[in-house]
Amino acid sequence: MNALVPFAAIAASTLFILSLMWMSHPSTARRGVRAGELGMLIAIVGALVHHEVVDYNLIVIAMIAGAAVGIPMALLMPMTAIPQRTAISHAFGALAVGLIGAAEYYKHAHAEFAGSFVIWALMFEMALGFLTCTASLIAFAKLQELLGSRPVSFSGQRFLNGAVALAAVTVAILIALDPTRTVLFPVFVGLALVFGILLVVPIGGADMPTVIALLNSYAGLAASAMGFALGNKLLIVAGALDGASGFILAVIMCKAMNRSFANVMFGGFGAVAAGVAGGKDDRVVRSASAEEAAMQLENAGTVVIVPGYGMAVAQAQHKVSELYQALTKKGVEVKFAIHPVAGRMPGHMNVLLAEANVPYEQLVELDDINPDLPQADVAMIIGANDTVNPSARDDPNSAIAGMPIIEADRAKSVFVIKRSMNAGFAGIDNPIYYNSNTQMLFGDAKDMVGAIAKELTGGGSGLH
Amino acid sequence: MTALNPDYLFVFILAGFVGFQLIKKVSPLLHSPLMSLTNAIAAVVIVGAISVTGEAGATPLAKTLGVVAVFCATVNLVSGFMITDRMLKMFKPRGK
Repeated sequence: MNALVPFAAIAASTLFILSLMWMSHPSTARRGVRAGELGMLIAIVGALVHHEVVDYNLIVIAMIAGAAVGIPMALLMPMTAIPQRTAISHAFGALAVGLIGAAEYYKHAHAEFAGSFVIWALMFEMALGFLTCTASLIAFAKLQELLGSRPVSFSGQRFLNGAVALAAVTVAILIALDPTRTVLFPVFVGLALVFGILLVVPIGGADMPTVIALLNSYAGLAASAMGFALGNKLLIVAGALDGASGFILAVIMCKAMNRSFANVMFGGFGAVAAGVAGGKDDRVVRSASAEEAAMQLENAGTVVIVPGYGMAVAQAQHKVSELYQALTKKGVEVKFAIHPVAGRMPGHMNVLLAEANVPYEQLVELDDINPDLPQADVAMIIGANDTVNPSARDDPNSAIAGMPIIEADRAKSVFVIKRSMNAGFAGIDNPIYYNSNTQMLFGDAKDMVGAIAKELTGGGSGLH
Repeated sequence: MTALNPDYLFVFILAGFVGFQLIKKVSPLLHSPLMSLTNAIAAVVIVGAISVTGEAGATPLAKTLGVVAVFCATVNLVSGFMITDRMLKMFKPRGK
């Protein structure tokens, strides 16, 4: 039986790679999930039959308890809560990595391991694991709105962060050089946990897609480091895949905001920009009613809908889908323009619209939709703000200058559904609202889109 | 074992490279499910948790830490794969 264990690891690694390969397209993606599940099953069976494992009771109890929590979580979680769920799952994964590292450390807390590779790998793994754990918990709390999503900054913040990081690294080195210093170990864990909190507290809600992706990467790298420490190639492979995935997503998110990692992590973006907005009193804003919007949409040839986080907050995706169905029935071509950082995690808008039965062919990426926008009769902005802000393109002094935007302002006419004229998340003034081809539809996104859809299906007005 | 086994670095670099190539090809449509899938796959650390908890001579402390780790990893892998599948089920082509 034991001769088969290495082959189980090879089979599991292969299946994980196939799993990611099949994720390339929606038509094969579910096969990817099956491959991942099978790989995991093989890996777990391989671990259980390993000759070193003699006590199964606790393992089985913990697995049953884990499944008892995980299954209802998976079945009941509303799609709007996917970013929070992702954040909390990073916390769970990173905690598991940290705890396994701690157990391994106590096993190796003898003088003969001083300065050995295993100890160094363990310290690195635990630092990454524990900081990712608390960082993900803070990200979760911000996404769940248990904490304010505005960035928190205070004077001396960078100094404090630097001091905590330096202290954690110093203590880790002291332990690695002499593992018998077990009194220092809780100090090390505490510092890593505190550093995780400090790392995410200053980051605002709009930067969450990058942060979640980065934490995903950290969790993967921690798993890989554990593979190095335990001498387990399967963990190295799975961790490297996860680490690469999170890293690429984080890079995509940063590019979509024209910002660097350092700027996202240490920028305190929203707080700085909030003071800039203002001086917009004398400009004219045109507003329209649901009836007027419906009439114009009905007569359009092509309509591009630009959804943003506001659509998720208002839970308007089902009404948006009704609008899509109604317009499609009338022969209007409707496309959705998806900005990579729209929402609170990579792909957030796609999941919500897919849930509302919008076919995925209609969901178009930023680079592919922009050339079509000048020919579009109507662009309809639902709960998006910074991702359609023309000043990112036109004003080199704007706080978001150079950020790629969906060029909704180039459409023949533009509707913006918005609660009021308050500035968006980043607090940056958006000139698109004052353009002569823009009409504002003031109201809750869900009610307003519902009212327009009702007009189009001949159900009369739902909003006055 | 006091030094780095170069085999591990070899495996890490190749796996990272494969990861980069594969992830670059994933449609941006599926970035949310991708993240929950990779998160579920990373829960393979359960393998380490199982050996920490179940090995002969595990101390009560190691068992306690290990059990919590098995629990956390199980939550992740079960909910990760299931939620990924739930999300992917919703992505339908036109006319379905």
